[in-house]
Amino acid sequence: MTRLDGGLIDRSKTLDFSFDGKPFRGHPGDTLASALLASDVRLVGRSFKYHRPRGVYSAGSEEPNALVELGAGARKQPNSRATTVELFAGLEAASQNRWPSLRFDAMAVNDLLAPFLTAGFYYKTFMWPAAFWEKLYEPAIRRAAGLGRLSMLPDPDRYEKGYLHCDLLVVGGGPSGLSAALAAARTGAKVILADEDFRLGGRLLAETACLRDVGTLDWISNLENEFESLPNLRVMRRTTVFGVFDHGIYGAVERVSDHMPAREGPVRQALWQISAKQAILAAGATERPIAFADNDRPGIMLGGAVRAYANRWAACPGKRIAVFTNNDDGHRTALDLIAKGVDIAAVVDVRPEAAALGDYRLVAGGVVSGTRGRMGLSAIEVVSGSRKERIECDVLAVSGGWNPNVHLASNHRGRPAWDEAVQAFLPPLDGPAGLTAAGAASGRFSTSDALLSGARTALGALDSLGIRAAMPDLPDAEGRRSVPAPFFHVPGKRRAWVDFQNDVTVKDIKLAHSENMRSVEHLKRYTTLGMATDQGRTANVTGLAIMAELGGQSIPETGTTIFRPPYTPVNLSVLGGGDTGEHFRPRRLTPTHRWAREQGAVFIEAGQWMRAQYFPQPGESHWRETVDREARAVRRSVGICDVTTLGKIDVQGSDAGEYLNRIYANMIQTLKPGRVRYGLMLREDGFAFDDGTCARLSDDHFIVTTTTANAGTVYRHMEFARQCLWPELDVQLISTTDAWAQITIAGPNSRELLTRLVDGFDLSNEAFPFMACSELSVCGGLRARLFRISFSGELAYELAVPARYGRALMARLMEAGQDLGVTPYGTEALGVLRIEKGHAAGAEFNGQTSPAMLGMDKLVSVKKDSIGALMSRRAGLADERRRLVGLQPVDPAASVIPGAHLFGAGREQTLATDEGWITSACYSPHVGSMIGLGFLENGDARLGEAVVAANPLEGQTVSLKVVPIHFVDPEGGRLRG
Amino acid sequence: MLIPHPLLGPRDAREFTVMGDAGMIDRPDPAAPDAADRFYEYVYLRDNPAGVHRELWFHEYGDRSWLVVTRNTLTHEIVAVELASDVSAKREKSR
Amino acid sequence: MTFSAMRLLRESVTGHRGWKPLWRRPGPKPRYDIVIVGGGGHGLATAHYLSRVFGKTNIAVVEKGWLGSGNVGRNTTIIRSNYLLPGNQPFYEFSMRLWEGLEQELNFNAMVSQRGIVNLFHTDAQRDAYRRRGNAMLLSGADAVLLDKEKLRRMIPFLNYDNARFPIKGGLWQPRAGTARHDGVAWGYARAADRAGVDIIENCEVTGFRRDAGKITGVETTRGFIETSKVGVAVAGSSSRVMAMAGLRLPIESHVLQAFVSEGLKPTIPGVITFGAGHFYVSQSDKGGLVFGGDIDGYNSYAQRGNLPVVEDVAEGGMAVMPMIGRARLLRMWGGIMDMSMDGSPIIDRTPVEGLYFNGGWCYGGFKATPASGYAFAHLIATDTPHAAASAYRLDRFAGGHVIDEKGVGAQPNLH
Repeated sequence: MTRLDGGLIDRSKTLDFSFDGKPFRGHPGDTLASALLASDVRLVGRSFKYHRPRGVYSAGSEEPNALVELGAGARKQPNSRATTVELFAGLEAASQNRWPSLRFDAMAVNDLLAPFLTAGFYYKTFMWPAAFWEKLYEPAIRRAAGLGRLSMLPDPDRYEKGYLHCDLLVVGGGPSGLSAALAAARTGAKVILADEDFRLGGRLLAETACLRDVGTLDWISNLENEFESLPNLRVMRRTTVFGVFDHGIYGAVERVSDHMPAREGPVRQALWQISAKQAILAAGATERPIAFADNDRPGIMLGGAVRAYANRWAACPGKRIAVFTNNDDGHRTALDLIAKGVDIAAVVDVRPEAAALGDYRLVAGGVVSGTRGRMGLSAIEVVSGSRKERIECDVLAVSGGWNPNVHLASNHRGRPAWDEAVQAFLPPLDGPAGLTAAGAASGRFSTSDALLSGARTALGALDSLGIRAAMPDLPDAEGRRSVPAPFFHVPGKRRAWVDFQNDVTVKDIKLAHSENMRSVEHLKRYTTLGMATDQGRTANVTGLAIMAELGGQSIPETGTTIFRPPYTPVNLSVLGGGDTGEHFRPRRLTPTHRWAREQGAVFIEAGQWMRAQYFPQPGESHWRETVDREARAVRRSVGICDVTTLGKIDVQGSDAGEYLNRIYANMIQTLKPGRVRYGLMLREDGFAFDDGTCARLSDDHFIVTTTTANAGTVYRHMEFARQCLWPELDVQLISTTDAWAQITIAGPNSRELLTRLVDGFDLSNEAFPFMACSELSVCGGLRARLFRISFSGELAYELAVPARYGRALMARLMEAGQDLGVTPYGTEALGVLRIEKGHAAGAEFNGQTSPAMLGMDKLVSVKKDSIGALMSRRAGLADERRRLVGLQPVDPAASVIPGAHLFGAGREQTLATDEGWITSACYSPHVGSMIGLGFLENGDARLGEAVVAANPLEGQTVSLKVVPIHFVDPEGGRLRG
Repeated sequence: MLIPHPLLGPRDAREFTVMGDAGMIDRPDPAAPDAADRFYEYVYLRDNPAGVHRELWFHEYGDRSWLVVTRNTLTHEIVAVELASDVSAKREKSR
Repeated sequence: MTFSAMRLLRESVTGHRGWKPLWRRPGPKPRYDIVIVGGGGHGLATAHYLSRVFGKTNIAVVEKGWLGSGNVGRNTTIIRSNYLLPGNQPFYEFSMRLWEGLEQELNFNAMVSQRGIVNLFHTDAQRDAYRRRGNAMLLSGADAVLLDKEKLRRMIPFLNYDNARFPIKGGLWQPRAGTARHDGVAWGYARAADRAGVDIIENCEVTGFRRDAGKITGVETTRGFIETSKVGVAVAGSSSRVMAMAGLRLPIESHVLQAFVSEGLKPTIPGVITFGAGHFYVSQSDKGGLVFGGDIDGYNSYAQRGNLPVVEDVAEGGMAVMPMIGRARLLRMWGGIMDMSMDGSPIIDRTPVEGLYFNGGWCYGGFKATPASGYAFAHLIATDTPHAAASAYRLDRFAGGHVIDEKGVGAQPNLH
């Protein structure tokens, strides 16, 4: 164990965990990375391409190297950054992307092949023979690529999503975020402070001597106490604001129980949509490296990370530490470590004028030109002037300056701007409206500047909302502003890594440049620079600077790079928010659902609805047997079926008739009260949209029905017509689909059955003929509506009662019709009956059919205007010659398969010579064979002809006879009887 | 996105269905001599501006009103929101 | 310079000093026979086929940004020919055949990978519609296999077969479909066209068309006037803006489609999988990232970015159909501008301005069409007659009602 004094870990408790099966110990407050470093573990991963040995590089979410698989079984979480994983007892971690072991990885052979595997090498080879790509080259590449593994088991954890609203959102809980939240929350404004860490403080926790007149931890804990007392402030720890969306909407993920042993938390993570009137980006900055030869060995780390491990976690990553820097930060690292009693080998500063700030060896004007150590750093080579020396050390802390975390500010594609004075990209001026950066994220790197800018930015943000805030008392803080020398890489022949995870080196950037891949985007795409899981947090700016140098241009001339959400990767399971499996979509149940379930019905999805598909009886062994029985019962006696799912729209007003006349293609205004008419709706482009019935209860009151599938879209369309096209008409609409239960009673005995339920209502054919409708009461006073309409071709009624009586009505019908053999039927029998009767449904109304194809062109009235009428007469629709026909197999035992294409007998079978297709088919107990409906070229003139139904997909060819669409009762005597 | 509904205040865009160009309010006169051409333009052709765009949004999971939203297609900034029925009625009057 | 394993080996021992630029950086000449506006996949493919098939080489491709900066570098890389309608399917199958020989033709490995696509179905009605489509594919010379649930389960065992709101009943599989490395396609076409003498001019935005008596005489650009008698416009995401300069209104609305990629993972997804009861499709790149997407956001946009509801909707779809991807993490999301046509199908046609040709309205399906679109557009520009496979993609089909509406939703572009 290499633990230093101090630190923010609770030494009174130990936490046992494992890495690659070996047991380790840490303390509360540790991250996986700090605990591993404190346990002298240096090798934690392998790089993506060359499988180079890698160690912890950073102390935050920018980590490119230390990616591990966490947990086991279905909870295995690949690609977890050890640097942000909060340690808990029993945590299991394993290295990834190596085989057979981390120390001996067979794929490390790639490193020997590195001269061959340059940027974009794959574009130049693997082309011959063509078939080898899928069989040989690609599988090998795919196996070698990728990082961690998915368990391939369903995620067993729970997730939640929620919505928050606030006046001010503060992103980041470092010095600027804390002062911003303090200033804002004291006004009583609604404030949210979100921080990705499990402890507030940001860089304050990792540094020493930031605050002068007060202990840093005391200041933070006082602040936290005050925060606790403010009900208008919500502090969200372990919460990453991952993206900025339109109109002040921020996406955030709260890791609710990732830091607990599995199954202890109520939910694992929560997705928050935060609507903020104003927001402050106080996300701090990420240190940038300097590229030099072999700069990727375990033990080479960011300087700020070395400080963080020493100060916050009391973990020293090595015994003898060297520093390589282009700014004062490197010296700070040396001073902090010396104060902790750590041996400093040397500070190598590229600036010739640099002076030592303490008692350590300084190599001013020097660079690190190489490193040694296969599985971990053992020495560095330093060149200063003409002098070259080797310095033994096991850690090299690299400081190349800091890049403001501008990510969220460029989410709306605003481009960060290079600021020469601070040698960094600052947030774009055209960033998301309402988002202002403060602190290090805005290039104000000193603690003093961060504290002040946080509070001042909060004041400004609140002022824009008309809220006056006062500047809070802020502690005296260090105000040193260190600007790095513009030094990004040490020139040399050996490989110097820029993007650690994706193994992009300075050489790759040079190659891209020589091949004309010079724009920033081409550089990224050709070399994969910045495309790894860290999105180039430690690589992009360095890569850009090197490209600028190669092109002899300045950084701003070379370009800039924008960041897309998410700020750090987000689990798909939390974005899915738990609406998975059975809960993927709501389930709508009909009023008779429970009743049907009690009858043993099998259910089927119809959009969001669940409908009874059929009602198997004891002894029935196949669904067809059941469906045949149900269909026969309707034709012979009486059947009942819940049709509540059909859309119902109540239309009222003095202009309702005129309005519906414009909605429907056929004439409606002439419909008399007490009558129902079939209605055809077209889209404005003239194609068939939907059909249903239109019942006129009184002069100014209609009830429109739609198909189940189009209930929503027809209602939207009708509201569009009412509000947008003809607001002058006196008409009101409301959807009553869920308000009324509607039951079909169909079959020759339907009148007899219904007579037993109505309260003295005359159902005789004279009093209540086909296509009549009326309001009435049933079952001794229950308000109801009755429509004499038929989908099956039989004498039939649809009876509607308030939805809550649907189940009772069904039971009463069953009871009252027992002697008639009343039979409940489901959607399958409903389909059989409608195909037998030749009614078009969803497969025929598929949005591609013209009225002519349906044989309904005569229905489109020329005496009035209606939506779609004019365009339905265009050549493309009017000249369309396919017609809906009935189809019957020549051999009664043969199948009729929907989706088969139709051809004239003996004709060539290609898509170009295709003459139509089968839309719907079923076995017809009435006909005694399968039957179908389909669209056929000139179908209306080909009755009696034998055509071929080709279904090459399933190797079937069947000869079919073209017949009229009405397989039962073509004269319509039954439904009028 | 948040849609500032003229009656209900800011509402989450999730409550709405978008239809597109508000020109769909201006259905041509089917009796006009050039009705075929005008319907073709009405149904199929769009200005599709990169900038300020007037478009129709339906508050499907809300009060079921159609709105004319004036929004910038480059920035998504919303400049104005009106009830479509008001826009349509005004146009009727000016005819 | 020809790319090959030998060449790569030679360069690897000599320090990679021999590689030449993939394409030159010429300035515009005063005059070209043909100017292609748009240095994306379709424009570059057009230039390539104009030179290779039709012998035209005095060509400029002008691009307002960097080469391939539009949708060719923003899509989810799927190639397939699984369409239903006779106006579409032969065209996409023609494209598929061009994909199959593309890398050898271009001498550039665009990683065309035919690992198959499965479209899942969840109802009998969906199965019937897919059967009709699969038969259309076979009848036009493409490949298609109808899989029942058990066959599908053997092929893709990790789908949610047992706990689904919309149970999977089977799938329509096209084994020859797959993916291609999108940027590689643009670069491969650019390199081939450049080698044939085509000038590819980046950072050169067209600001106007010069006409004389209804005929094109040249294009105004930010890098000066270029004289020409034929201009082919292939500018997905800017079609309406560019054609407005020629006084044309198009049957197009521009919308944002978001796309997503996960962190790298070891091989997980075998080919392309499309969920039939929600908005989700996914494949896995050779690098290991799951590349996925769903529906367009639904509102007109030129912003190249979308909003959270669609992100959640896509993730919900993914979790519903394959709940084992929950522990994969979304790494990056981005948006592309889709020029959504009014019937969901593209336009490759002459315009009322003589010498001005238009290629656009690809909705979110332009990538797979890149080779055939370039070929057919080159055919049209070179011969002034439409290519047989693209003969339905006329601009006047909307007026006449000869629409090619695969989805059957009519003139409602955000539903296509």
